[in-house]
Amino acid sequence: MRIAVLSDIHANREALEAVLELVEELAPDQIVILGDLVGYGPDPEFAIETVARLVSDGALCVLGNHDEAARSDRDKLTPNAREAIRWTRTRLNDDHRAFLAALPLSITRFGCQWVHASAYRPESWDYVSDPEAALRCLAASTEALICCGHTHRPTVFYSHPNRRPTMFVPRDEIAAPLLPRHRHVIVTGAVGQPRDGNPAACFALLDLEEASVTMRRVPYDSEATAAKIKRLGLSSWLGLRLLIGR
Amino acid sequence: MERPQTGSEIDGFELTERLASGGMASLWRARHADFDVPLVLKIPFLDPGQDVSVIIGYEVEEMILKRLSGPHVPRFIASGDLAELPYLAMEFVAGVSLAKHAETAPLPTEEVVRIGIAIGTALADLHRQGVVHLDLKPQNVILAERGAVLLDFGLARHADLPDLLGEESAVPMGTPAYIAPEQVLGDRTDPASDLFALGCILYQLATGEEPFGRPSTTAGMKRRLYHTPRPMRAIRSDIPAWLEAIVARCLEVDRNRRYADAAKLIFDLRNPDQVVLPRSNRARPGGILGRLKRLFDRPSEAALVGTAAEDRRRAGPSIVLTTVDLSDGATPLAAAILAETQRLLATRPDSWLACLTVLKTDLVKETQYADSKGRSIYVKRLVALKDWARPLHLSEERVSYHVIEAVSAADAILRYAEHNQIDHIVIGARSSSALRRHLGSVSTKVVAEAHCSVSVVRIKGA
Repeated sequence: MRIAVLSDIHANREALEAVLELVEELAPDQIVILGDLVGYGPDPEFAIETVARLVSDGALCVLGNHDEAARSDRDKLTPNAREAIRWTRTRLNDDHRAFLAALPLSITRFGCQWVHASAYRPESWDYVSDPEAALRCLAASTEALICCGHTHRPTVFYSHPNRRPTMFVPRDEIAAPLLPRHRHVIVTGAVGQPRDGNPAACFALLDLEEASVTMRRVPYDSEATAAKIKRLGLSSWLGLRLLIGR
Repeated sequence: MERPQTGSEIDGFELTERLASGGMASLWRARHADFDVPLVLKIPFLDPGQDVSVIIGYEVEEMILKRLSGPHVPRFIASGDLAELPYLAMEFVAGVSLAKHAETAPLPTEEVVRIGIAIGTALADLHRQGVVHLDLKPQNVILAERGAVLLDFGLARHADLPDLLGEESAVPMGTPAYIAPEQVLGDRTDPASDLFALGCILYQLATGEEPFGRPSTTAGMKRRLYHTPRPMRAIRSDIPAWLEAIVARCLEVDRNRRYADAAKLIFDLRNPDQVVLPRSNRARPGGILGRLKRLFDRPSEAALVGTAAEDRRRAGPSIVLTTVDLSDGATPLAAAILAETQRLLATRPDSWLACLTVLKTDLVKETQYADSKGRSIYVKRLVALKDWARPLHLSEERVSYHVIEAVSAADAILRYAEHNQIDHIVIGARSSSALRRHLGSVSTKVVAEAHCSVSVVRIKGA
């Protein structure tokens, strides 16, 4: 079974369209979206409507912290993110809000737990960015495989009983093996706001038979997205970071 | 499962004979109806209470061996499910273990050089595939008919794969007699570590002594950061100075001074006359004051081992072969070839240049080796070649000059490049003409048949 895993779309229409074009070509058996459809980016309606269509076609989708902030009036975000989420709220209609409101925090299927940030108290939005956070995540789950996003940095953690997990940044486009006797946390890179220094959109292709995961990279017209952000009067850093992948 | 024994069958593999092995796994000759090559089964000892690193080492070896190919590694055949029945099935490599040769050390220089070239060639192939062995020692090398074959990838590192052993870096992983200084400090990424180990092996083969002994503690292994081994020629005075210089360069603690890739090491072993001998042993200020000063100036361990050679390897080609036709003197094309060569060399400060010019010989007519005044054409051409390269201002460590007599210039260039593991060839092409298109030019043939990158230099508009 091959699963395309998309995380952190962040209302980036150009990136999402480019990724979905490749996903369509790859024809995976399943699509999973790991949350943060909105926030930061200029096209929240497009992101939600596109994901809603994928879900009605059988895709799975979980809730991200920006999605939660957009559907509520809580603002526990960094200043840039808060400004963007306030603007996002003004763009959403009842259908959009209803879709976000119905998203679960976590789903367990195909022998894998799917969650936006971490299996460890999913509602607290922990960052799985080091072996200790990966250990917390693994300890909170009974599954051998946990897939998350949230950090915007592609990473795979390999955990062997009684050992500190090995943190591995997989090479773009090269399959990283999933190993027997290990449990794994796959941190998927971001579709709509990569932060690993490579501005190309990222999604993960998980192959359960082959026991591997590949971080696929899709260059897209990030200048167009940055120009929209500028036109809308959102923080200029939100546009700049798309161009440099930080 | 039951303990494997002669006659046991595992997934269709019949164990036929137990082989000597270390403490991590048992080794068996085996056969299987589906494979007509002789086989070996490696079965890790996974007794309860066994150190977890045995399992991890098994997983590392399986992961890496599966991805390797070519004549310098045993062919991977199959592996057993780790949860059920772990084993690695691979091709049995017929040949003599280097450990056998090491027992008879010191060996004659020619033998040391032959073995060095064989292992260097195997390492070049391994490193090209993104793998660092990290446990190179005589027990892990088989000298087979097809060349040196490297065994045991249980400590190895693949650039595209997670380093499952990296988390264990509190204790140096490797064999104390051969482990590289940066490896002692926990760096498991640098192919230059294998060249250090190869240096230890060559030292041992040439002198009969291990350069650093077999320290049993981390502190003992760290001694190699501060103390150079006894000069080889102090042990055996008949060892040539150039071999001592080559091995010393393998054993440099600072990776900026060590060979960055196996290709240059092989080149030096093949061309001893090109090896630049150190003018003197690095003089150190003597006396109590000097020793005190060194004690307080002691740089950090990380500074001693320098930076990984990876950046240098990525920056540009290690060995450049530039070929120039000087039979018509210093033409604009020769100048353009020189300029292109200079640009290539500038990418990498430790790159190295071989300048080659071909003296055409004739199969039919008797070749003239002297001009009308009786001066050697060969020497004249060599002088011209050195004069041509002079504007590059390369120190003698970075350049060598070769005048080769050949019927076919293209064949001579290709042979030279192949034999010396050249990374990049620079060659000129004269302007196109109907005759040249018909006969085919030297550069066309070199471009078509070379195993490396080729820059073809042409004068614009000519």
